[in-house]
Amino acid sequence: MELKATNISFKYPSANKYLLKDINLELDNNKIIGLIGDSGSGKSTLCKILSGYISKYEGTVTFNGNTLPKKGFKPVQLIYQHPEKVMNPKWRMDNVLKESWDVDDEFLKEFGIQKSWLTRFPQELSGGELQRFSVVRSMNPNTQFLIADEMTTMLDAITQVQILDSVLKIVKQRKMGFLLVSHDMDLVNTICDDKIYLNDINGA
Amino acid sequence: MEEILDVENVSISFIQYTKGLNQQELQVITDLTLDISEGEILAVLGSSGSGKSLLAHAIFGILPENANLNGKIKYKGKELTQESKEELRGKEITLIPQSVNFLDPLMKISDQAIGHTESDEEKNEKKIKQREIFEKYNLGPEVDEMYPFQLSGGMARRVLVSTALLSNPKLVVADEPTPGLDEKTVEETLNHFKQMKENGVGVLLITHDIHAALEVADRIGIFYSGYVIEIAEKEDFTGDGENLLHPYTKSLYKALPANGFELTPGHQPLHGEIPNGCPYYNRCDMKFDRCENERPKLIDLGNKKIRCFKYEEGE
Repeated sequence: MELKATNISFKYPSANKYLLKDINLELDNNKIIGLIGDSGSGKSTLCKILSGYISKYEGTVTFNGNTLPKKGFKPVQLIYQHPEKVMNPKWRMDNVLKESWDVDDEFLKEFGIQKSWLTRFPQELSGGELQRFSVVRSMNPNTQFLIADEMTTMLDAITQVQILDSVLKIVKQRKMGFLLVSHDMDLVNTICDDKIYLNDINGA
Repeated sequence: MEEILDVENVSISFIQYTKGLNQQELQVITDLTLDISEGEILAVLGSSGSGKSLLAHAIFGILPENANLNGKIKYKGKELTQESKEELRGKEITLIPQSVNFLDPLMKISDQAIGHTESDEEKNEKKIKQREIFEKYNLGPEVDEMYPFQLSGGMARRVLVSTALLSNPKLVVADEPTPGLDEKTVEETLNHFKQMKENGVGVLLITHDIHAALEVADRIGIFYSGYVIEIAEKEDFTGDGENLLHPYTKSLYKALPANGFELTPGHQPLHGEIPNGCPYYNRCDMKFDRCENERPKLIDLGNKKIRCFKYEEGE
């Protein structure tokens, strides 16, 4: 499996300067990579390009040699900091999950999701609880690569360990690729095999 | 050092409608006890969504109408009433809110920093004071004429901090001052708290960010499922965490990536599912039989406090 970015450049339409310039990146499912950069350095933008959420950029992104699909399920899934922003506030949590796939009880248990949470609305759950749903939702069987952009930044340390521990277990089991984006060096050093500094690969 | 704020057994609940006209009482804070002295920074550490911001709202008397507040909040030894809260807030006790969203988007920065004035004379006086403090926080005259949307994240934070200091407060309550800021601005914000401390101001820092709490606070209150379960000194968060008393606090400390990234199963009981006994009963690995149905009280150990039967005398 290979997620490959070739000569990626990006600038906002209103800006004169490039935010990202000539970025080359090769990721696979053999190593867990940590991506590190200051806030405002374009980390999140790069993540959105790699997962197909931004389509207007220069360069190419390929997954296993093909460009990312424009329609249908995206094999590269992105999880970011704020789970409340990616869920329909008028759906109960069981529907939020079903939007992606039918999750079995064992899987819910692995991620510490209580049955009673399934009938609640997003605003009735805490950030840590919602992020568990967000992760489970992105773990659709068709997902092959997961990008976690500051996924646990808003969570307490215990919840952070719980969620990452479960994610890494599934990632290994399914031989998925995993990119961790974080500003927390201790975290990157703890779980990643290798790290990349965005400043080192960004020509902007 | 004189004690400024004393919060005793505060509980807050809400009346909610469930279906139709059925009402339900939702207990969000069950027992919050803490105290702050002059020149001390006390952090209340709890996960986001746990209801700890309500403490700030209770101190300022700005809880919503369907909220029910019990317990005592004392300022300089005197119990606060709604009237005295309204008298003191914005003067001796000030709030640093979470974000610029708390500013009026249609009002110039300097006008809202000064606030309501009775006469031109008072206004001019306050204006001079405001400029002085803004200058100290590196906010030039051009900032006075700006609207909130024109401020960068760091500038906005400095505006909120300097506005809170305008009235020479004795106590500053800061509600989640760090999220969404880059590291440099976080550092800068935390330095402001250190400065306040040096000037003898008491600071109540409400946060979910353990790094921020450990960086500036003298003592840290751990908020769990509506309770303060421990108040520890900053120095206790060192080594293997052997000086921390509550099993939850120990787990929290050891879960940090730099301290072992240890896994602890379970989750905090949600509002409305809090057990009769100890809130940590289901996750605790050193529980007694009585913990299941009996709620431990917060035991006073001088500067520290702990809510756990293990530390009761004679046990």
